[in-house]
Amino acid sequence: MSDNPLLALSQAMADAVEMIGKSLVMVNGRPRQPATGIAYDADLVLTADHVLEREDKLTVQTHDGRVLNAQIVGRDASTDLAVLRVGGLAVPTVGPAAQARVGQLALAVGRPSADGVMASLGVISKVGGPLRMGRSASLERYIQTDAVPYPGFSGGALVDASGAPFGLFTTGFGRGLAIAIPMALALQVAQTLTRQGYVKRGYLGIISQQVKLPPAQRSSGQESGLLVVRVEENSPAEQGGLLIGDILIGVEDQPVRDADDLIAALKGERVGKPVAVRIIRGGLLQTLTVTVGQKP
Amino acid sequence: MARAAAINAVQALAAVVERAKTSVVQVRVGRSGIGTGIVWPLRRAAPYSSVIVTNAHVAAFTANMDIVAANGQTLDAALLASDGQLDLALLGVNAALPAAELGDSQRMRVGELVFAIGNPWGQANIVTAGVVSGLGRLPQTMRSLPYIRTDVRLAPGNSGGPLLNASGQVIGINTMILGGDMGVAIPGHIADEWVADRLGRTPAY
Repeated sequence: MSDNPLLALSQAMADAVEMIGKSLVMVNGRPRQPATGIAYDADLVLTADHVLEREDKLTVQTHDGRVLNAQIVGRDASTDLAVLRVGGLAVPTVGPAAQARVGQLALAVGRPSADGVMASLGVISKVGGPLRMGRSASLERYIQTDAVPYPGFSGGALVDASGAPFGLFTTGFGRGLAIAIPMALALQVAQTLTRQGYVKRGYLGIISQQVKLPPAQRSSGQESGLLVVRVEENSPAEQGGLLIGDILIGVEDQPVRDADDLIAALKGERVGKPVAVRIIRGGLLQTLTVTVGQKP
Repeated sequence: MARAAAINAVQALAAVVERAKTSVVQVRVGRSGIGTGIVWPLRRAAPYSSVIVTNAHVAAFTANMDIVAANGQTLDAALLASDGQLDLALLGVNAALPAAELGDSQRMRVGELVFAIGNPWGQANIVTAGVVSGLGRLPQTMRSLPYIRTDVRLAPGNSGGPLLNASGQVIGINTMILGGDMGVAIPGHIADEWVADRLGRTPAY
């Protein structure tokens, strides 16, 4: 039977779960259903932001049953990531990431209870991005899988058959979507969170929808812009003079054709700085100066 | 290289399933399939040529059961024993059917590849695959018994069928479906102890 390739695969997968399982902790941050976190540095744990329903009295439980206090270092609802500091963590940290390809076998692994690690099997269904959900959720890249997301798996790992992590598993983006935030992206956000506690993200304070531009206002091939349908009170947009009915077509020299363009134009380094916002108002092109705010 | 490994794995899967299938039966009442059963290895002489393990909730429907063996034979089945706590039932048939091979369910590990063969919605021999999702005890249960949780896709009619390991050995009896995403299997060794006990204590049926 030792030449049965299926048995070899089966044992490799059980080894993979055992290995990653040592880097996974149970995270107690909400009533009833605990979630999971990934130990990625000596005393740092990466978890999903949405599983932290309180900010104090947080604990984690390690693979060897130790219950330890945890403090929030930083959290970011947009990417559904949070970093916890856990003194005396002393568990193996997660290994180098695996590059996801559609069709690869993928194990979702979590530690949702004190009963031990749990796993489900699927494949990489999609590697895509950006992902926008609702008004604030935003991921540049994401990995989708058909592995079953058991309760408490958010904050766990999606790994390949050798235990290398594709990313941090979460269902926090809603619509029953089981996705993984690619490890490189998650660690990049984690680094920002440990440095400043939050992620700089520009914000105007408008709600808009994409509209076709009238032919007369089309320039250099741009066919659409964003119609402002609401301006939030005391927002950077209101202070800069944006009005309902304006069609936003550009920020500085970047064209704004859709919401993705706008998010890209409001990148972190523009927070707190005045930018030229190009609009069409009453059929005429205008340029307003708006000081970009920090996304609440 | 990767392609050759994949072809080997796929062929191994087909071979494992082909072999394991010979010990899986459909449990029927009249013309309708109500569940699945496993031809259990006999450790001692029994008054029936073969015994079949299924779920008590499958056998509870009626005493007038037939089984359809993997070779297509329809056979009368007698209910020998039933245990509602374990959700296990033992049936006897007068035909020598190939018995399943039992695996070591006490040494299962989370992440191991597993398969189910059963008759969901009355379709014969449907194979589904997944992994051992967890080992533990069910919450909100009075039974203090180990269970295997799995993400193998199960549907009504899979009940009583085998959960098999990568070698095609029985490691559990598929018993419950929780919310469609999680199946629960009774470990094979628990069932084997129960069968041995039933056949030992009540030798004359």
